[in-house]
Amino acid sequence: MKYVDEYREQTKAAALSEKIREITPLDSHYKIMEICGGHTHTIYKYGIESYLPDNIHLVHGPGCPVCVIPLGRVDDAIAISLQDVIFTCFGDMIRVPGNKRSLGDAKAQGADVRIVYSPLDALHIAEQNPSRQVVFLAIGFETTAPATAIALKRAKAMRISNFSVFCNHVTIIPPLVAILDSENVEIDAFIGPGHVAAVTGSRIFAQITETYATPVVVSGFEPLDVLQSVYMLVKQFHEGVRKVENQYSRVVSYGGNPVALRVMEETMEVRPYFEWRGLGTISNSGLKINSEYADFDAENRFSIPGTEVKEPRACQCGQVLQGKIKPYECKVFGKACTPEKPIGTCMVSAEGACAAYYNYGRFMEINAKLVKSTK
Amino acid sequence: MYDRAMCLGIPGQITDVLDEHYAIVDVGGAKRKINTDLAGNGTLKSGEWLLIHVGFALAVIDEAEAKATLALLEEMEDVYTQELQALAESQVHQASDAEDTP
Repeated sequence: MKYVDEYREQTKAAALSEKIREITPLDSHYKIMEICGGHTHTIYKYGIESYLPDNIHLVHGPGCPVCVIPLGRVDDAIAISLQDVIFTCFGDMIRVPGNKRSLGDAKAQGADVRIVYSPLDALHIAEQNPSRQVVFLAIGFETTAPATAIALKRAKAMRISNFSVFCNHVTIIPPLVAILDSENVEIDAFIGPGHVAAVTGSRIFAQITETYATPVVVSGFEPLDVLQSVYMLVKQFHEGVRKVENQYSRVVSYGGNPVALRVMEETMEVRPYFEWRGLGTISNSGLKINSEYADFDAENRFSIPGTEVKEPRACQCGQVLQGKIKPYECKVFGKACTPEKPIGTCMVSAEGACAAYYNYGRFMEINAKLVKSTK
Repeated sequence: MYDRAMCLGIPGQITDVLDEHYAIVDVGGAKRKINTDLAGNGTLKSGEWLLIHVGFALAVIDEAEAKATLALLEEMEDVYTQELQALAESQVHQASDAEDTP
């Protein structure tokens, strides 16, 4: 059965590939950015680029939550973890290097850092340890922010006063605008993040098409989804239209998840500015705990250095996250910077472009060279 | 140590609706307690499929979508098994201690 399915999938992929080639003019180059790290993973794992003509270039965007956390915020998290608290975070954050060390290093030096699967786990730990302060390091885009919002609401309802959140949630549109506004970056189209859009709805991308005339297709995560999304984008170029389309209507609606949007609204507010790894400071791009939930804001409860930390000079994560260079074009990629010993965040997270490329893509590169050399 | 793809959603099928906040969900063959505040508007029923992210149902999905996503996840073995392992280790999302949940 599996083989029949695989055969069918490959036939469909080949058919899509053919349709894309048919309508892609030979004399043009299209740079398509996939925003979400989940898509990056699919693209490299399944070798999606090998189904595309050479003049369609896929570049990787800023949608990996771990990758965009600036060094200074990692240092702030470490500073909180050292203030006699139980510090909880997702597993992805533990190895992310700050200026000098990671949360994992802080743990090795005695800080009580614990990995949790869900913000509710952190709340549960707070309930079980009423004499200790428990802090949850919240990261992620609109996909994850509603989960933090529910944890905040439950903490308030249950009066769990030893629980607080160090909020680093971010929103998807401002970094895209920043990338489109920056010099020397030309992105022709976006593959939109499916699970962010499950919360926000596909409608939030309208401002990208309206202001920048850059098409967006919200996409699912299967290889055929991504290929079909590329086809839909190229078809827009072919027909001379620029619009938001929803390839992932199985999960994503136009208006999004109203409950998720409401709980975010009730617990969080937009920060005037927030620093992003590699992208600098972006206006209205981060979320903080609002005044109604201020008692649960770790930034009010603990002393936080808040120092800006310069990124390591060797690391080119910023250029990778803006689609300026491919992971393998970074000077330290695969040499000084590997998943075992990462310098930059893009190499830390499983969905970071560099880690995805390191795990899957570099073999494709080698294969491609072998094929070319035997021609 | 597990590194998860943060935006990953994993499908699970409801086996028992506990109350307005939680349901017991079969995720990859294991029963887990999943928060349902964000999905279904209080009308969830046993047998329905959910897309789960960090212990929360993010959306109700149909069976075909769930099965297709599961097939994809099984192929991405490392990512999927890490996600299931993380869920298995979660205290809150154990199906057994239904009373003891924030």
